[in-house]
Amino acid sequence: MKALQPLALAPALTLAVFLLPIAAGLAGTLLPAFGYLPAIGGHALSVAPWSTLWQEPGIATSIRLSVQTGLVATLLSLVFAAAFAAALSDHPMYRKVGSLVSPLLATPHVAIAIGLAFLVAPSGWWPRLVSPWLTGWERPPDGLVTVRDPFGLSMALGLALKETPYLLLMIGAAFQQVPHAALRRAGAALGYRPAAAWFKLVFPPVYAQLRLPVYAVLAFSMSNVEVGLILAPGQPPPLAIVAARGFADYDLARYFPAAAAAVLQGALVVLALLAWRVGEAFVAAAGRRWCERGARAGAVVSFAAAGAAAGAACLVIGALSLLAMAAWSLAQSWRFPKILPSAWTLATWQLQAPRAAEAMLTTLTLALASALVATALTIACLELESRRGRRPAQRTLALVYVPLLVPQIAFLYGFQVLLVRLGWDGRWPAVLWAHLIFVLPYAFLSLADPWRALDPRYARSAASLGASPLRVLWRVRLPMLLKPVLLAWAIACAVSVGLYLPTLFAGAGRVATLTTEAVTLSSGADRRILGVFTVLQAAIPLLAYIAALAVPAAIYSRRKGMA
Amino acid sequence: MVAIVIGAMVAGAAHAAAETRPWAAIVAAAKGQTVYWNAWAGDERTNAFIAWAGGEAKKRYGVTVVQVKLKDTAEAVTRVVAEKSAGRDAGGSVDLIWINGPNFLAMKSQELLFGPIDQALPNYAAVDTTHKRSNVVDFTVPVDGLAAPWRLAEFVYVYDSGRYRLADMPSSAQALLAFASKHPGRVTHPAVRNFLGATFLKQSLYDLVAEPSVLQQPATDASFAPVTAPLWAWYDQLRPKLWREGREFPESGPAQRQLMNDGAIDIHMAFDPAEAAVSIANQTLPPGARIFVMARGMISNTSFVAIPYNAAHKEGALVVANFLLEPATQARAQDPAWGGNLTVLDLDKVPPAERPLFAPKAGMPGLPTAAELGTTLLEPHPSWMTRIVAEWEKRYSR
Repeated sequence: MKALQPLALAPALTLAVFLLPIAAGLAGTLLPAFGYLPAIGGHALSVAPWSTLWQEPGIATSIRLSVQTGLVATLLSLVFAAAFAAALSDHPMYRKVGSLVSPLLATPHVAIAIGLAFLVAPSGWWPRLVSPWLTGWERPPDGLVTVRDPFGLSMALGLALKETPYLLLMIGAAFQQVPHAALRRAGAALGYRPAAAWFKLVFPPVYAQLRLPVYAVLAFSMSNVEVGLILAPGQPPPLAIVAARGFADYDLARYFPAAAAAVLQGALVVLALLAWRVGEAFVAAAGRRWCERGARAGAVVSFAAAGAAAGAACLVIGALSLLAMAAWSLAQSWRFPKILPSAWTLATWQLQAPRAAEAMLTTLTLALASALVATALTIACLELESRRGRRPAQRTLALVYVPLLVPQIAFLYGFQVLLVRLGWDGRWPAVLWAHLIFVLPYAFLSLADPWRALDPRYARSAASLGASPLRVLWRVRLPMLLKPVLLAWAIACAVSVGLYLPTLFAGAGRVATLTTEAVTLSSGADRRILGVFTVLQAAIPLLAYIAALAVPAAIYSRRKGMA
Repeated sequence: MVAIVIGAMVAGAAHAAAETRPWAAIVAAAKGQTVYWNAWAGDERTNAFIAWAGGEAKKRYGVTVVQVKLKDTAEAVTRVVAEKSAGRDAGGSVDLIWINGPNFLAMKSQELLFGPIDQALPNYAAVDTTHKRSNVVDFTVPVDGLAAPWRLAEFVYVYDSGRYRLADMPSSAQALLAFASKHPGRVTHPAVRNFLGATFLKQSLYDLVAEPSVLQQPATDASFAPVTAPLWAWYDQLRPKLWREGREFPESGPAQRQLMNDGAIDIHMAFDPAEAAVSIANQTLPPGARIFVMARGMISNTSFVAIPYNAAHKEGALVVANFLLEPATQARAQDPAWGGNLTVLDLDKVPPAERPLFAPKAGMPGLPTAAELGTTLLEPHPSWMTRIVAEWEKRYSR
């Protein structure tokens, strides 16, 4: 049992890596929210930051925007994903849906948002397609509001473009726990149309598995900063951006209300999650009555078809967003209303090469290192679990979701203060740590299911032949799980590449990745330069995915079921 | 205003004394240092200039320059404050900041700056401290040698001569309102949080205020409302005529340039007389882009570099600050291809052999002559900017 001892520390170490900074960060944000930050004159607890926050111009709108975009984006993604699965999951091609959505899933939010902003803008791609021959527009129309709209719809759409494929993938994962094919067949035997059978029989048990991912989508959509910077209105912006701006203000007094805004953001997410939970009960009750009425078809069929079309449109719009930015990176001159650049050039790539190469190197090293550490820790945790032969309680799994449920803005400032105290801020290891907070959960969630699904008898057979536990891991489990292990690593890479606020706060602004550069550039720089960074940002995760799929395919090309 | 109050609250920081070491000793100590130059990165030309300056500093002094690219200069101020709050009074992460206006006032009043440094820099001797007053008085705040100037900027407006004649363009705030009424949805300004948006309001206030000299005094509770009343009356009329009815604004100057280049708006603004010329060359503005100015004059100010009190690489930062003041560097910054920023030097103090470097460049469409740039106006006290931004947000951010 000696081999167990270092391994036995793995779960504690893993949890500490991401729970410690969150706990410390929350405390470091909560104290200034109540006026305590001695370094800038806050020596006593008070509620003054809150009254300042309430007097902030447009604060009510900021709160409304935050809640609204969060709920709309989550509802849209859930409906799109569920309807897409309802309409298509009995299709033989549906098994390939994972590889269909993976590219979009891998693309950072920022890249999609930047592309979408150009796609839908009054001077963007769609008005160019219909101008001037149809619309008569020689200049971008002045009355049209499509980006940064006051309702936050463009932001919700930008989020839904990314969250729909995520939920689709999660539905796929839930299928492993739900006998969905049998349920559908039973429904069909009773005369239900496929979409009706899916929503009445398959969706309820699938949703039970989907709950935590949906909550993560809701929390992220309500509180993210980087998509909002690109797609949300700015006068006033959503609450998370109010907090982020306050933390970056030259006027130190703004820290206190900013911390209050960050805490409020956290509280809003908790409230929204509770409201969603209550909503679930109502929907479930209504759904039960709907099932009891026993209609075999009805509106649900067209609802599923419409939702599936919207879900498919998400995939297409996401792809077009990237294509538009790729075209910009190669454009020499591209004036409204030209559909395509009037002249092409590689000059932008050449001119940006030094800066882009530097950012790319930082991005790559961070992604590779954080993915490696995260995958290794995940394997250590799962291996320990396999050797002990029991699974951790559901509570432990919920802990993995903590970084995905706590808004980043609510703890990253406090975490930065902690790093400064340790003298680690602005250094590469600090950013690596900040990345691990978010990379670890995804690596764990992605690998845990396939790992646990592996038949334990392989390991037992190997052990009975005299293999040590280490040899069993090395020669049996890891080779058999090569594909999911590499996929977990690729997902971890993709998550790391896309991180904005953690890089910004822990890196003290000195660690520039493709994502931080793209966000900086998105505030108005030349679209051609932005195109270069967007394309690179989207390319790295994609390459990681391709590698994760190609390596096992090459190694196991002659072994069925392993490639 | 709050910044000043907070400044007074901050417990006595170790206020660094003047830099008095001989220059040769500073240069020797600087060798091998890496200077983290925190600079707003929203302008590609400036980024390229900083990268070039870094290369030169490396070649000539063995000083590596890393530009920390900021979305907002306040981020760097924040970082110094965060370090101070964590007790890091030495070995700080910010070595050099491109700074002026409210950020400079905030750092100066909180004693977060190292110096005075001006007398330590050999090249400071050629700085024009008499005619270019903004080199020594930043937004009415005495610089006291706590920052070194490196370029002069003037606020300018840009129009498209392919669409309008110069005579069509407004030359006063009132005329701008008339223009916007005639072309609804085609005029906007950068968001007021952005220094360009705030400058647009200050520039307009200069046109609307009865007695402009009041702007050189700090704004007070008593003076602010009556002085700015005409500005708000004017803006209330203007706002509904703006792009997106004045509910949304481009985030920055470059974002507005993009709108101008798309043909979505008719007027662009910049803190850089070479904006039209350089943007035409970069194809980020239409070929007809030209400068126009207000009859009463345009606001002008100086960009400085300053060193935080806890900077880890003060010597390297001093070497960079001095390099920026070299006549050849200044001439390069003035070259439209590299920035088009006016020099802070007094050409009479520059060695005669180097003066021809500053001769105006011919053959660049869109480059204004000195006469076309008109009169310059001094920046108001930073308190006006702070209060105008706050008041604007209170009135129009809903």
